[in-house]
Amino acid sequence: MGTVTLQGLRKSFGRVQALDGVTLDVPDGSFFVVLGPSGAGKTTTLRTIAGLEKPDAGSVHLDGRDATGDAPADRDLAMVFQNYALYPRHTAYENIASPLRARGRSPGEIAEAVDRISGLLHIERLLRRRPAQMSGGEMQRVALARALVRSPRAFLMDEPLTNLDLKLRVEMRTELSRIHRSLGATFVYVTNDQVEALSMADRVAVLKEGRVQQAGTPAEVYERPANRWVAGFVGSPPISLLACRAEGDRLIGTDGWSLPRPGWTTAEDDRPLLLGLRSEDLSVEQRGDASLPGELYGLEPLGDRTVVDVRVGTAILKVKARPTISGSPGERLLVTVDLDRAHLFDASTGQSLSAATR
Amino acid sequence: MAVSVNEAVPAGPVRDRTPPARRVAGGRGRSVLEVVLLAVLAVVMLFPVLWMIETSIKENRDVYAVPAKFIDFQVTLAHYRDVFVAPGGGRSALSVAFLNSVLVAGVSTVLATLLGVPAAWAYSRFTLKAKKDQLFFILSTRFMPPVVVVIPIFLMYRTAGLIDTPLGLILIYTAFNLPFTIWMMKGFVDEVPPEYEEAAMLDGHTRLQAFRKYTLPLLVPGIAATAVFALIFSWNEFVFAVFLTSSDSVRTAPPAIAGLIGGTTVDWGLVAASSVVFALPVLLFAYLVRKHLVAGVTLGAVRR
Ligand SMILES: Nc1ncnc2c1ncn2[C@@H]1O[C@H](COP(=O)(O)OP(=O)(O)OP(=O)(O)O)[C@@H](O)[C@H]1O
Ligand SMILES: [Mg+2]
Repeated sequence: MGTVTLQGLRKSFGRVQALDGVTLDVPDGSFFVVLGPSGAGKTTTLRTIAGLEKPDAGSVHLDGRDATGDAPADRDLAMVFQNYALYPRHTAYENIASPLRARGRSPGEIAEAVDRISGLLHIERLLRRRPAQMSGGEMQRVALARALVRSPRAFLMDEPLTNLDLKLRVEMRTELSRIHRSLGATFVYVTNDQVEALSMADRVAVLKEGRVQQAGTPAEVYERPANRWVAGFVGSPPISLLACRAEGDRLIGTDGWSLPRPGWTTAEDDRPLLLGLRSEDLSVEQRGDASLPGELYGLEPLGDRTVVDVRVGTAILKVKARPTISGSPGERLLVTVDLDRAHLFDASTGQSLSAATR
Repeated sequence: MAVSVNEAVPAGPVRDRTPPARRVAGGRGRSVLEVVLLAVLAVVMLFPVLWMIETSIKENRDVYAVPAKFIDFQVTLAHYRDVFVAPGGGRSALSVAFLNSVLVAGVSTVLATLLGVPAAWAYSRFTLKAKKDQLFFILSTRFMPPVVVVIPIFLMYRTAGLIDTPLGLILIYTAFNLPFTIWMMKGFVDEVPPEYEEAAMLDGHTRLQAFRKYTLPLLVPGIAATAVFALIFSWNEFVFAVFLTSSDSVRTAPPAIAGLIGGTTVDWGLVAASSVVFALPVLLFAYLVRKHLVAGVTLGAVRR
């Protein structure tokens, strides 16, 4: 078992409100990602779950039992710290063994467990080194091993892959997902990397300024962002937002363009809106009746595709195109829009006006 | 990245690195000037020490010889014997004073460390009400020179029956060293990332176990440096010792040595010998922990 339930957590540091009513439900065995920008309160959330931070209000339930006041040692959790926190005087082996030693396991049992986990994370050759003799990425893997060596109620991981180079990071993502599946344990994983969140998570909670903006599966968060902020934070290249308003059966852009009004929107006429368009739902090569006139602003070749920046009025649209596309800045072109996959947000509140109806 | 106190600033390399760099930059003329200046400084600083050592091994008639004898004097260890052995045999008053100094300085340093290190840890790690004010209050007790408070303390001690007792001196030295220990140690504790303790708590330790097992070992250099400073303060302290003790059996070395001067004749040989004996323990102790001392001082000074 390993469920974690946070109920209305609040925590302030002086004048900074780090957590402002965080409510989360981490199901047993899930890979739960807390995604948010720097300073969103991700670390504070994890530390509160771990019992290292006492919430000003709210509760932490572990396996359904109120654990808000429990000591960290009694919570049966393992944590990977953002700065690893490997004991500097101890070798990697001793570091990895420390949670087992603290819990009084026999030396034989400890040696076996350390062997198993260091094989899994490919760190056998590091075991006799001290943290000072390891690279950042190596320390990070040792820190992961120190957490994974035990079978606690849940694993808490604070951006455990940020210091790895890109190749290793991609490798470790797959590796961690594999470990998660094979252990069947609950992971609460903090990151500011939306790719990591989308690729690894069963469930994602998007955090901003100490508030959960949206929680759901990665697909839900990507396909139906609850507000313009989530839409902008999740997805790469970022979603393009165009100011407009509904008028009869048309959407009229503030910059003068006009599109057929999508059938799914309930927005009343004349309310200021933001039309959110993801790069893959736009095209400069196909023809359709829903299209926006613009001019080529720049090309961003990314190997497998090229992102075309198109200026429409004052806004820049990011359009996904085939890698061989060419063109010169200033060239006029038409951007075809897949309106069924577009998003509408209330311009003043930022709330989605499309999520509920699709 | 997380680094520990001692890994961060190893004492050796810091000391080894600087001199070559300076020699390269200086060139020959500069280094000659440097040597001359250093020699002059050394003579000025070390002459009194040298004279003290010489006097302590001179026969009495050579001590008073005019003109002074620098090299051609009779060497004797009689003064050193007199430091420890009374004229009629048995233990001398000075040797008792030295034992008292060892007792008072040692115990007060241990007490200040035992109280100050956990306090510094608490001030570094926990959110406390008015923490800054508390720390300032603690520091402010050191603003006053001892002479200012010696009379009130004398009166308090008289009422409490602490006058002329080793306990009285131990208490006052502990009280004086505690703020210093707390402040200096807080700097060292701040340098140790709290995550080590937190990781240990998640491992299954209590907070105190985590502190003892993972933070405390990293503080050893800092504790050594702090304790040496506290020890030197207690060992050298004169004002309180003069006012609060009177009998030979309680008196510490500084007032006892000072007491040798005065009266009709001054036995300079004895004064010099007891001064040498008095200086030795501090020199020795500082020498033994010099590595920690360098690490401690540079850490406190540079990395804040
Ligand atoms: N001990 C503390 N004292 C004061 N302020 C703090 C403390 N810990 C966190 N904060 C503040 O609380 C807010 C949330 O911090 P937190 O560390 O949880 O962010 P984060 O989401 O983990 O960011 P990052 O991605 O940069 O690690 C920040 O504004 C931070 O400055
Ligand atoms: Mg963080």
